[in-house]
Amino acid sequence: MNNLTYEYDVVVVGAGHAGCEAALSTARLGYDTIMFTVSIDSVALMPCNPNIGGTSKGHLVREIDALGGQMGINIDKTFIQSKMLNRSKGPAVHSLRAQADKKQYSQEMRNVLENTEHLTIRQGEVSELVIEDNVIKGVKVTSGTVYKAKAVILCTGVYLKAKCIYGDDITYTGPNGLAAANSLSQSLIDNGIEIRRFKTGTPARIDKRTIEFTKMEEQKGDENIVPFSFTNYGKSLDKEQISCWLTYTNETTHTIIKDNIGRSPLYAGVIEGTGPRYCPSIEDKVMRFADKNRHQVFIEPEGEYTNEMYVGGMSTSLPEDVQYKMYRSVPGLENVHIVRNGYAIEYDCINPLQLKHNLEFKNIKGLFSAGQINGSSGYEEAGAQGIVAGINSVKYIEGKDPVIIDRSQGYVGVLIDDLVTKGTNEPYRMMTSRAEYRLILRQDNADQRLISIGHEVGLINDDRYNDYLDKMEKVNREVERIKKVNISPTKEVNDFLSENNSTNITTGVTLEELIKRPELNYTLVACIDPKREPLREDIIEQVDNIIKYEGYIARQLRQINQYKKMEGKRIPENIDYSKVGNLRKEAIQKLTAIKPVSVGQASRISGVSPSDISVLLVYLKSIE
Amino acid sequence: MIQPFLVLEGVIYMRETETIAAISTALGNGGIHIIRISGPETFRIIDKVFKKGKSLRDFCAEKQASHTIHYGYIVDNDVCIDEVMVSLFVSPNSYTTEDVAEINCHGGSFVAKNILEILVKNGSRVAAPGEFTKRAFLNGRIDLTQAESIMDIIQSENDYALKASMNHLRGDIKNDIEISREKILHDTAFIEAALDDPEHYSLDGYADKLSETLAEIINNLIKLSDSYDNGKIIKEGIDTAIIGKPNVGKSSFLNYIMKDEKAIVTDIPGTTRDIIEQRLSLDGIVLNLMDTAGIHKTEDYVESIGVEKSLKAIEDAELIICMFDASREFDKEDEYVLSLIKDKNAIILINKYDIAKFNFDDKVGSDNTRVIYYSTITGQGYSQLSETIKNMFFDNIIDVQNETYITNIRHKEAINNAITSLKLTLQNVNNGMPEDLFTIDLMDAYNYLGEVTGETVSDSLIDKIFSEFCMGK
Repeated sequence: MNNLTYEYDVVVVGAGHAGCEAALSTARLGYDTIMFTVSIDSVALMPCNPNIGGTSKGHLVREIDALGGQMGINIDKTFIQSKMLNRSKGPAVHSLRAQADKKQYSQEMRNVLENTEHLTIRQGEVSELVIEDNVIKGVKVTSGTVYKAKAVILCTGVYLKAKCIYGDDITYTGPNGLAAANSLSQSLIDNGIEIRRFKTGTPARIDKRTIEFTKMEEQKGDENIVPFSFTNYGKSLDKEQISCWLTYTNETTHTIIKDNIGRSPLYAGVIEGTGPRYCPSIEDKVMRFADKNRHQVFIEPEGEYTNEMYVGGMSTSLPEDVQYKMYRSVPGLENVHIVRNGYAIEYDCINPLQLKHNLEFKNIKGLFSAGQINGSSGYEEAGAQGIVAGINSVKYIEGKDPVIIDRSQGYVGVLIDDLVTKGTNEPYRMMTSRAEYRLILRQDNADQRLISIGHEVGLINDDRYNDYLDKMEKVNREVERIKKVNISPTKEVNDFLSENNSTNITTGVTLEELIKRPELNYTLVACIDPKREPLREDIIEQVDNIIKYEGYIARQLRQINQYKKMEGKRIPENIDYSKVGNLRKEAIQKLTAIKPVSVGQASRISGVSPSDISVLLVYLKSIE
Repeated sequence: MIQPFLVLEGVIYMRETETIAAISTALGNGGIHIIRISGPETFRIIDKVFKKGKSLRDFCAEKQASHTIHYGYIVDNDVCIDEVMVSLFVSPNSYTTEDVAEINCHGGSFVAKNILEILVKNGSRVAAPGEFTKRAFLNGRIDLTQAESIMDIIQSENDYALKASMNHLRGDIKNDIEISREKILHDTAFIEAALDDPEHYSLDGYADKLSETLAEIINNLIKLSDSYDNGKIIKEGIDTAIIGKPNVGKSSFLNYIMKDEKAIVTDIPGTTRDIIEQRLSLDGIVLNLMDTAGIHKTEDYVESIGVEKSLKAIEDAELIICMFDASREFDKEDEYVLSLIKDKNAIILINKYDIAKFNFDDKVGSDNTRVIYYSTITGQGYSQLSETIKNMFFDNIIDVQNETYITNIRHKEAINNAITSLKLTLQNVNNGMPEDLFTIDLMDAYNYLGEVTGETVSDSLIDKIFSEFCMGK
């Protein structure tokens, strides 16, 4: 009998985007960490879309970076195209997205992991949790070897009891034929953890040589490349970028899908998991939005040294013959060869209401979980949870207070608070509309919001932190200067204003007032501001945003103030809600199940009304 | 479920520190009313609405000593509203420990209501049920033993206020507001969809379309807000059901007190198949009189619907006038009718007393504050009836008036807040501000209107985005 036993500080189960960030953070903080993966060649795998970032997800990458994580640095090294989305809109929704070379991305991350002190990567399948008296003690792998640990972080992604499906072809594997983890779910259930079944899907990959790009619109990257990582500002990331291509489905495509909808495992009821509304399969789009006569299709490269292309917008689980017909009805894809079929994947995940804000299970001390296992979807959502779980497992080992990022500090705070307070009935995707303090949670100021936390934790070194302080000093100094610059109504000034369709001035104004005008900005007014010194682009961006949106920012700061007050009203852990007179039954049930830590969190639970909150406030005061 | 957008939570937090106002006296025809204000803005608001002395001098509440009383006028847009006395209590020496003012104004609910509205217009908010006491408690002003009763008040009155507010909102108005909300949500969802999936949905040229929609919604809401002033929106008055078995004289009674012939009066039992509603003012107390179909067992389908409606009317009514016919024997149907008013606010009217053949004392009791002998022919009992109703009202046995008055002001406040938010959006649209700023104010407007229809924020926006717009890769 195998009675091998090893001892580590932290075990990380899974080497996807959550696992990588989690393991890197615990190892970098000096804790011996072992990270398990079913395939060592597949760390930081991108089994679906070949890009990082996008609306609100780009924000998350910036936040990971500000906390001292790897995702931003890794994509900056391996991107093949970069684009700032929503540039014409407000700064709060500017979103960076980069096409990745998948292979390089994975290779680069593996390189970093392999060269991180205190970090061991181990191929193997974790099959059991070792738990004593509701405290995690380690894990057991399928070979029987036990790895003792003070903390365990589950980052199993879509691998728990994974099942890939297209047509009537069903394989019990993870993405790309990788082995599924079939034992761990039962161990979770045995330890009282509630499991659910979610579903997601991916489109086919096609051979570049069989695509007629002349029938498509080219989608180029930005000329001016903005880095993901704050550490890369001021450095040139210029490179030859690779284009994506836009084409559309048409009535023929839709007819093919409708005619074969009976053969769709989704519609035939073969698939039981709940899929994301954000990434519907093409069959879902066609059936649910019957009035749309076409849908966009983005053909995106999977990497620099491969002919595989990703068919964005046409995720499917239809049978192979239907996939061929359907893809070949799209202009430019008439003769396309499929390299990998599209498929749907079902997997086990946990109900995140069982977690605390530090991503630790409420009922099992030292057991954390991050990423898709928590019911989220997306690489960035996973990475963001990974670093938070990593940091907090260290805090747990050290017996220190957890590091909680709240809704006013980051998208990662919104993401985690939503998951642990409201739960989710579908794979949860980040969206900017989920963030109530969106104007404060911009991608451009993620460092201002989070870098001091990263520094305090120990993932941001002093050099980097001092660079940041230096940058902010420059920003503040420039804002102060702008407020004092007086502009007189000279001919030169009014000519400039006229040129930019801006109302002429008749009396002196400050430069600040002019920058506030929607049609003007900091860069534009340079010609009437001769004393200006050259500043780095990220500094200019801050100055512009601080001045232009001052009113709204102030308003959101006031709201945040109120929010913090309610978050500050703590609810004792041992509260018995049935003893709080006058709470409605539904409220008692929800509050008892979710155990909110503050009155603020309680107020966000669906089924808890404002008058329940009033009652709760009065009760809390009375037991003080 | 998925979380709400741009937070009502934020609103809840705000509410804890806002300045609140309420009429603290029962809204009958008492000699004076007291309107109480509490919160950080109290004195600033008083300065805006109160002018001192006959000569209407500017007032500075801040500079006055605590526990002082001041004579002057409440003024709105240079118009004197009422001659009042204002008492000031400087924090922490007040009921709530916040700055508090109490305006003593003249009686008549109209004046008090008007002053409350002026306070709302100048920056206070209508207090929630039990809110002054809640603040007093949270601020350590009153002791622990009172906590439980406060919680009682908060929960039960909130439930009641919500019910009252919904019950009194006219269906067509609710519909109007829901349509406006729907439009706001649709536009917000579109903008958000375009922000989240910019390669799929474009906002080019959208601003023009949006400003048109906004102007239209704003206009509608302004009209609505104005019409709240004359009580057309919230039905004021005490919902009063007139019930009895067929042919006890319900319609004749109604006609007699209304002094015209609105209800069809015949001798055929079961004529009044539907509910007929009349408004009657008894010395300033408004009754919404509902003539109901006679309650009895019937095979007739149409009639049975009428009977069902009558039962529903009994359930909803705040006051029941229950009639019996003294010229006929007290039968099973009468017994049934009597059982229906158990535990209700009811007045028993023994009708046709001029031709009475039976005495019902052993059936209905002889409590002369509840049982009235009546005749539509001689008019006997009419003055006793109106006295009884007035007494019930002033003894607060029937207290719904308060709630409808307040609901009215609360709704108007919410609609006006929505208008302000929409105007801000419009201003941003016209100034060419970025689209992501629009939705902040749009969702505020959406939430404010939800306060009127009683719908709290839910997952509406995210659901709307996914249901109406095809998103994602």
